Amino acid sequence: MSETPFPETGPQDDDLAPAKNISAGLAPPARLSGPIPWVIAILIALVVIAAAGGLSLRNLAQNARADLADAVTVQIIEADEEARTVQAQAAAKALGAHPLVTTVRVVPEDELQELLEPWLGRGAASENVPIPALIDVELIRRASGDELAQLQSALDAALEPMGGTARVDAQSQWLRPVYDALSALQYLALALIILVSLATAAAVWLASRNAFINHRETVEIVHLLGGTDKQVTRMFERSVIQEAAFGALIGLLLGLGAVWLLGQQFASLDSGMVGGGGLRMLDWAIIAAIPVGGVCLALITGRITIGYALRSML
Amino acid sequence: MNDRPAEIVKFDNVGLRYGTDPEVLTDLSFTLFPGSFYFLTGASGAGKTSLLKLLYLSQRPSRGSIRMFGKDMITLPRGRLPDFRRRMGVVFQNFRLVPHLSAFDNVALPLRLAGTDEAKVRRSVTDMLEWVGLSHRMHAIPETMSGGEQQRTAIARAVIARPQILIADEPTGNVDPEMALKLLRLFEALNHRVGTTVIVATHDVHLLKKVPESLIMRLNKGRLSDPTGALRYPPAPKSRPSVAGGGMMGAGTMGAGK
Repeated sequence: MSETPFPETGPQDDDLAPAKNISAGLAPPARLSGPIPWVIAILIALVVIAAAGGLSLRNLAQNARADLADAVTVQIIEADEEARTVQAQAAAKALGAHPLVTTVRVVPEDELQELLEPWLGRGAASENVPIPALIDVELIRRASGDELAQLQSALDAALEPMGGTARVDAQSQWLRPVYDALSALQYLALALIILVSLATAAAVWLASRNAFINHRETVEIVHLLGGTDKQVTRMFERSVIQEAAFGALIGLLLGLGAVWLLGQQFASLDSGMVGGGGLRMLDWAIIAAIPVGGVCLALITGRITIGYALRSML
Repeated sequence: MNDRPAEIVKFDNVGLRYGTDPEVLTDLSFTLFPGSFYFLTGASGAGKTSLLKLLYLSQRPSRGSIRMFGKDMITLPRGRLPDFRRRMGVVFQNFRLVPHLSAFDNVALPLRLAGTDEAKVRRSVTDMLEWVGLSHRMHAIPETMSGGEQQRTAIARAVIARPQILIADEPTGNVDPEMALKLLRLFEALNHRVGTTVIVATHDVHLLKKVPESLIMRLNKGRLSDPTGALRYPPAPKSRPSVAGGGMMGAGTMGAGK
């Protein structure tokens, strides 16, 4: 030890500034080899898949509603083909005069047979099974129950002299169970996202508590040397952020991979309804924000956990 | 005009118990003044470490009042404790160095926590490590250092910020007599040149004679006795003059217990 007097270079009061973020160097280097980044990766992947599924279902339902909400189908049920054609023309005329109707289209016989072909076979529909005439009707807006009743009355009045009958089907009504099912699936996706977020928070809570317990000695030393709770909390923030960011990135890639595969599978169904469930730019932006949200959630959870743990210390 | 310096520590009827166990410290009342040098002695289990914990604000008492730097430490919110801890330097019995930090970074810790300019930190820590003879070990981490090196690092860390109070718990327990004397001289230099109040807990009776102007507080089964008049009021007169440059009074001015 030096025989010289006490060093003169100790800090003076004017050297002291508000404490800076020196805490990062206090914490041991973050280890990415532990289970937490991988747990976070799995959870983020699940959130990405659930979010993509939920958004896709929302788009699908919105597209279907937009297509069908202001349309009705009119059926003319008449076994005799000639009478059926006459009644269809009369019904189309009556519908065209109705103020609620914008366009009327009698579905051609060929198109009807094409529609039924997968079930009844080629040519079977017209020869063996009398099929109703169909009229596609576009309305100026979604019709209420009363308005649909008025439309039905107008048709009844037009067909009564010919002894025919017609039935008005609002497409949105017969698709209601489908809409309800889609809504239920969206809520399911939302519930899954919430549950997985809670699981992520719980995983970070456990990891932060363990980290705090493992480094309690260092925390006590820092406290006794004049470190503030904020400085101690920052000790742990860097490793929380690093582990969460690593896990979130891996989770995003895994999730996107799964979404792409599912997208390919559904695309191969070549169904018009499924085609309406594609993701838009805003949806992709939401999905890209999930890892950022995951890191923020981990950071907030870590801060709260360490804050509570510090309160037990003087 | 009263030239007695303002009290720096005042214990009033302090008791401490852990949980529901009997009190380990009982009815402690004393006052410490700036610039004084104290030895705290007593057999193992007498309560020395518990008393030091109260002094370095690691523990709140079960009863009584503690004032430090003119503030009531009992009612002080825990958020304000760091301000007062930064005025103290502590040498822990088992050093308590941060295991993954180098000697340099351990010594720099109090300055960095206080927000000291990094250039100043480097200069101060380099000088301090040179002073304690550890310039060549500044990048060593504690597990690669000998007991003596760790102890000197802990001492350098305790004094680097020129604390108003230095509290040392058995600081010479792990070194040979020659090194123990050198460490003691370091504390004296801090006491004389900076005016730091020094409190050294030790059970080494030979050490007590090495600092003639020191005052001795003896703990026996959690109660204080007063072999040198350290706790008497008015304080026992001592003859060390004030130290030029240090700006503080000698140890003879301390005292004042209830």
